[in-house]
Amino acid sequence: MSEPVRELTDLYRQIVLDHSRHPRHQGRPEHFNREAEGHNPLCGDKVRIYLQLQGNLLQEVAFEASGCAICLASASLMTETVHRRPLLEARASVEQFDRALSTGAGATLTGDLAALGGVSQYPSRIRCATLPWKTLLAAMDASSATVTTEQESTQR
Amino acid sequence: MSPGTTAPPLDVASIRADFPVLAQQINGHPLAYLDNAASSQRPLQVLEAIQNYYTHDHANVHRGVHSLSHRATDRYEAARETVRAFINAASVREIIFTRGTTEAINLVAFSLGQRLQAGDEILITAMEHHSNIVPWQLLCERSGAILRVAPINDAGELVLPEFMALLGQRTKLVAITHVSNALGTVNPVKVIIAAARSRGVPVLLDGAQAIPHQAVDVRDLDCDFYAFSGHKMCGPTGIGVLYGREAVLRDLPPFQSGGDMILTVSFKGTTYNELPYRFEAGTPHIAGAIGLAAAMDYLTRLGLPAIAAWEAGLLSYATGLLLQLPGLSIVGTAGDKASLVSFNIAGIHPHDLGTILDQRGVAIRAGHHCAMPVMERFGLAGTARASFAFYNTRGEIDQLLDALRLAQRMFA
Repeated sequence: MSEPVRELTDLYRQIVLDHSRHPRHQGRPEHFNREAEGHNPLCGDKVRIYLQLQGNLLQEVAFEASGCAICLASASLMTETVHRRPLLEARASVEQFDRALSTGAGATLTGDLAALGGVSQYPSRIRCATLPWKTLLAAMDASSATVTTEQESTQR
Repeated sequence: MSPGTTAPPLDVASIRADFPVLAQQINGHPLAYLDNAASSQRPLQVLEAIQNYYTHDHANVHRGVHSLSHRATDRYEAARETVRAFINAASVREIIFTRGTTEAINLVAFSLGQRLQAGDEILITAMEHHSNIVPWQLLCERSGAILRVAPINDAGELVLPEFMALLGQRTKLVAITHVSNALGTVNPVKVIIAAARSRGVPVLLDGAQAIPHQAVDVRDLDCDFYAFSGHKMCGPTGIGVLYGREAVLRDLPPFQSGGDMILTVSFKGTTYNELPYRFEAGTPHIAGAIGLAAAMDYLTRLGLPAIAAWEAGLLSYATGLLLQLPGLSIVGTAGDKASLVSFNIAGIHPHDLGTILDQRGVAIRAGHHCAMPVMERFGLAGTARASFAFYNTRGEIDQLLDALRLAQRMFA
């Protein structure tokens, strides 16, 4: 049995710890015109995303979350990434992030998001990182349904 | 759990040699397996019993005229006798093999549930595992019965006066856990059973967390049903037991139906088999039953009082050590507790603790432990839970503490 050598510091990089301790854009904003809630039934993580959409621009992005450090840091880093970006660009970021983590290609992430790349080596933690992004997508799609990380299976 | 007074101590070093799975490195560290409340490990004796059965004796049971089928039937029924003796049931007719605790509870919910009418009540507690909540919720939906939930206090103990107050004229069943999987609380089940039975109310005990850690005597308890799983007591997965008092089982309609549970089948009508076969439809998990019996023999050889004493020592050692950590709070501080510690550390989510501990070879559970109402009661998203078995050592608890200190340094 050979397991990949993983270091905790790959998962909990300084930027991740910093964002989990001091999340950016956290809290319900005064103005928003879209919101969505995401839930990971396996570990109980909950995320709520608020958007102020102006035309095709994500004028404001904010979140509330109760979850682990990975979930909080991912939500915080996500808001930094998509804040004041065009809708189309934000969608592309979500897709890129999700693909990078779910295919074990965390190393392809760039910028501050690269700090979350190590998550792709921890299969049980990928959902923690992708939950805020899936929820952002739902908010952009103005889908009113609650997002869960377990869409394929029925909740137990 | 109160240890026996005359238990000879366990030779844990030689016990561990029976569990090869424990002797491995995880992420470069020796494995400290502290997730026994989720599932225990199996000794070689259990693996060999299963291997032996499939190597030499396998055929279908209860129907063949050939020698192998007789042998398989004999071994399967011998396993039932081992279970009977292990829990001191009066008769093998009271031992029903199931897939596990969950199926055992579902059996009672289905079969006993057919008698329930709108307005009848089922009484459970706020510390139940989902498997002792959801079957009753579904039964209530089907029958119009009402689910009553007795509260727990801040220590995670059942509030007995409130429980007694809820035990009323309309109560048709009490279903309560013997030991809480999320909190470790050992319930005063004998008091509860005596009170319920004096009112003619049958009692089901969820014994999944109790049976690996203490001697269970269903006749001494005087319960009507006792449900438990093999995989938490060193037996295989996919096998469990429902003990049912014969006088109660006799009047219950069947649960699942098909082969083996019938006497005669005709399109004019079908008659059902005698106990316990009436409740075992289809080819059973023969190897599972044989493996479970081997696990029971193993535990009996070690001695359940000795197991309880060793685990009580581990619990008090772990509790003392963990409380030294700043910011650590233990969830579940009942006076009578099984060998598990549910806890939180300020500023560190249980899920992060789980990952960091795993990187140091320490396996624990993080989350809601399939007891979301318990988490809700304490206003928590989840806890980290270390649960001990007789093969665990103080050294492994030291390893847990070191890993928790590392987590605190990382998140400082």
